[in-house]
Amino acid sequence: MLGSQEYILSKIASNDGHGENSAFFDGWKAYDADPYHPTKNPNGVIQMGLAENQLSFDLVEEWVRNNPMASICTPEGASQFKDIAIFQDYHGLPEFRNAVARFMEKVRGDRVRFDPDRIVMSGGATGAQETLTFCLADPGEALLVPTPYYPANDRDLTWRTGVELVPVICDSSNGFKMTRDGLEAAYKAALDSNTTVKGLLLNNPSNPLGTVLDREALSMALSFTNDKNIHLICDEIYSATVFDEPGFVSIAEILAESPDANPDLVHIVYSLSKDLGFPGFRVGILYSYNDAVVCCARKMSSFGLVSTQTQRMLASMLADEEFVGKFLAESAARLGARRAAMCQGLAQMGVGSLKGSAGLYCWMDLRRLLKAATFEAEMELWRVIVNDVRINVSPGASFHCAEPGWFRVCFANMDEETMRVALSRISKLVVQSKSGEARKQCRRRSKLEISLSFRRLEEIMMSPHSPMTSPLVRTMT
Amino acid sequence: MTISKKAACNSHGQDSSYFLGWEEYEKNPFHESTNPNGIIQMGLAENQLSFDLLESWLAANPDAASFKRDGQSIFRELALFQDYHGLPIFKNALAQFMAEIRGNKVRFDPNNLVLTAGATSANETLIFCLADPGDAFLLPTPYYPGFDRDLKWRTGVEIVPIQCTSRNGFRITSPAVEEAYKLAQKRNLKVKGVLITNPSNPLGITLSRKELNLLLNFVEKKGIHLISDEIYSGTVFDSAEFVSIMELLPNRNNPQLMNRVHVVYSLSKDLGLPGFRVGSIYSNDRLVVAGATKMSSFGLISSQTQYLLSAILSDQVFAKKYVVENRMRLRNRHTVLVSGLRRVGISCLESNAGLFCWVDMRHLLSSDSLEAEMELWKKVVYDVGLNISPGSSCHCAEHGWFRVCFANMTEDTLDLAIRRIKSFVDSISPIKHCRNSRSKSISKWVSRLSFHDRECDR
Repeated sequence: MLGSQEYILSKIASNDGHGENSAFFDGWKAYDADPYHPTKNPNGVIQMGLAENQLSFDLVEEWVRNNPMASICTPEGASQFKDIAIFQDYHGLPEFRNAVARFMEKVRGDRVRFDPDRIVMSGGATGAQETLTFCLADPGEALLVPTPYYPANDRDLTWRTGVELVPVICDSSNGFKMTRDGLEAAYKAALDSNTTVKGLLLNNPSNPLGTVLDREALSMALSFTNDKNIHLICDEIYSATVFDEPGFVSIAEILAESPDANPDLVHIVYSLSKDLGFPGFRVGILYSYNDAVVCCARKMSSFGLVSTQTQRMLASMLADEEFVGKFLAESAARLGARRAAMCQGLAQMGVGSLKGSAGLYCWMDLRRLLKAATFEAEMELWRVIVNDVRINVSPGASFHCAEPGWFRVCFANMDEETMRVALSRISKLVVQSKSGEARKQCRRRSKLEISLSFRRLEEIMMSPHSPMTSPLVRTMT
Repeated sequence: MTISKKAACNSHGQDSSYFLGWEEYEKNPFHESTNPNGIIQMGLAENQLSFDLLESWLAANPDAASFKRDGQSIFRELALFQDYHGLPIFKNALAQFMAEIRGNKVRFDPNNLVLTAGATSANETLIFCLADPGDAFLLPTPYYPGFDRDLKWRTGVEIVPIQCTSRNGFRITSPAVEEAYKLAQKRNLKVKGVLITNPSNPLGITLSRKELNLLLNFVEKKGIHLISDEIYSGTVFDSAEFVSIMELLPNRNNPQLMNRVHVVYSLSKDLGLPGFRVGSIYSNDRLVVAGATKMSSFGLISSQTQYLLSAILSDQVFAKKYVVENRMRLRNRHTVLVSGLRRVGISCLESNAGLFCWVDMRHLLSSDSLEAEMELWKKVVYDVGLNISPGSSCHCAEHGWFRVCFANMTEDTLDLAIRRIKSFVDSISPIKHCRNSRSKSISKWVSRLSFHDRECDR
């Protein structure tokens, strides 16, 4: 009867557009089944596939403790409870929009101004990406996206919108930089297949690369999109995770310096999930220089408004300029130090990573550990890393990387000791690989694992967002 | 460069009078001290009557309020929690609360609950799961104006109305359902299901067992879905009168039908918390739950809100007390409006739920037409100073009905609104010396009115 059941659902609900049937979810499964704990489960799988910023919570917790008025539930803030609870205006609380605009300005060193009236809320950046796509493109049309890119772009931009993604291939020959030729080639390929390109989506700083786009690259993208009269969407969700030179340059700055550019084509996606470490609060922001898009996106924001309880708290927090200044500086410093420790650790065992100045991860080069320069070999190596080395990392293929052998490894979602354990495990892998031992293990394990690789996940209570091992889930079920 | 068709069209429905009234209110909002002549908002179905109960709960439970559990801060865990399966304690508490509202005649399995950012998102998500672009859902009229946006806009799905009229108190009948289905077929639309709101918005009535059974018979026969938006289930003045669709399913003994009936819920109306964006989908179909759960990524509920509400709703003693007290206050407020209107010769559809009355102003129309309804509506907004919702914005098949909300203001403001209506009705009673053509048309209207007044005085 499953056949007729599926028939009765929509095509969207029945297809794989959500992307969760990918074999890469086995990494999450392995972690969920056997999560690392320093004392209770020291041989468990270490989660390095989750791009979360957990390094600076102490600063935020201190602020929350010292500012009870920011909560509508404390005695100090309770007088606001009713007004906040009934406020459902999709413009959002004015103080929230003002505070977010101000925060975005501070992250960009006050080099550019943001108009609070252009700030539109969404259900996380996930919601912002989808909403923007609904506003800019019709089903069957396409967006260009440089590879490697964030895997969930496939879901967020195409699943329910019916829009397609056309990859702009970037490779390690030039540090995965996007080129004008690459853009033109992708654009032409789309035209040749009768696909109308509506826009270019950039992720700056990049996930998974951990690099920033320089002024030249951003100007080139702006000029390309203006020439083709298509939209330029910049996902700047990692903007405050920049810890080193080269620093962050926002498309807003380039636009301000380009009087001939058409502002109606430029849009920014943002969120507080990475910079502040608040993915649970679902604060997505869409900023557009196009009035019609702001208007339409705002109406669509009804489908994913930010809880006013959260708006109220964040309006208060982000308006505290002293706290914000201190947080941004300290968070960046901690991320920089952590990344340096990670990359130095890798370098010491002869593992390179792409040089980068941002993000919660590094783009690790394991090409020389591959049996062959193929994605099958990358998958094999990945299974060894997950099942034998006991670390969940994200293989480059899941990011649509054109070259096998690259892996994204996250470092900001754990403490220093766990990272040291992870490094020592990787070091064993490298040593074993040199001795050839790993190859034999690969073959033995991969036979076992192939049977696991294509299991459907619907039956398993698991989320790609965060593992069921969250203490909130463990203790409360 | 053009934006998308969806962005350029007006399927969001926000050009409708329902939203235009809001805009007028925003320009000149009533305030008892600073703007006593402003427009009173009676177009907003909000429940503001029981906040004191929530506020005193918060005062008595400081830990829950301040991200603490057993004295320990859980801020960090909450900030990181983005699992689209939702906070288990919240889903458990919500399932329990939903059962409580239904007098525990129904049990809800938390694993069948999907959390969404408000019922707005829940309804859209369900349609994305059940229908393809170009398919249709049948909806009884009159219906909530927001459905045009929520069910149709981004999904590309159509709504075909099941016409209900005052001849039988706007009840759903088999012939009306069959006619709607035929109309859809004529328009080459594949009907994927029926969506009802129970209790009804804008009617404020609970659907009868007879109506629910005829709908179940219909969807069973056609092999299609039934979505029951039960967002007002906690506003039924006498709980015994509410029959949830879920109550009737076990008797049917049809597991396939069970998998095609889905319930939408939210805390926006019953608890009066629309700002917190708490919605849910309940389905017995694991594939619908799985699909909707993945889609909920586009609109999850903030973890801190889930946590706060799980604390409130897990306090079952409080939850029970709240539900009972809230119902009573709504019933009393409803009585104030209904009797106030009756005294000036205006009747309402007899109702037993909701945050509004369905008011019969047909006798005040200059003619039985949409233009006359709009004319009257504008008079009420601009001259009388009340934002009410015209029936046409709810796709009502008849002219002259208006939805008037009563739970989003103080009792004093409601009394003032009723006094304004009385003045308005009095002002259009017989005027002796009218000479110009405008007053001729008024006096036609007046003579109809005065006849009606005499009737009411009997």
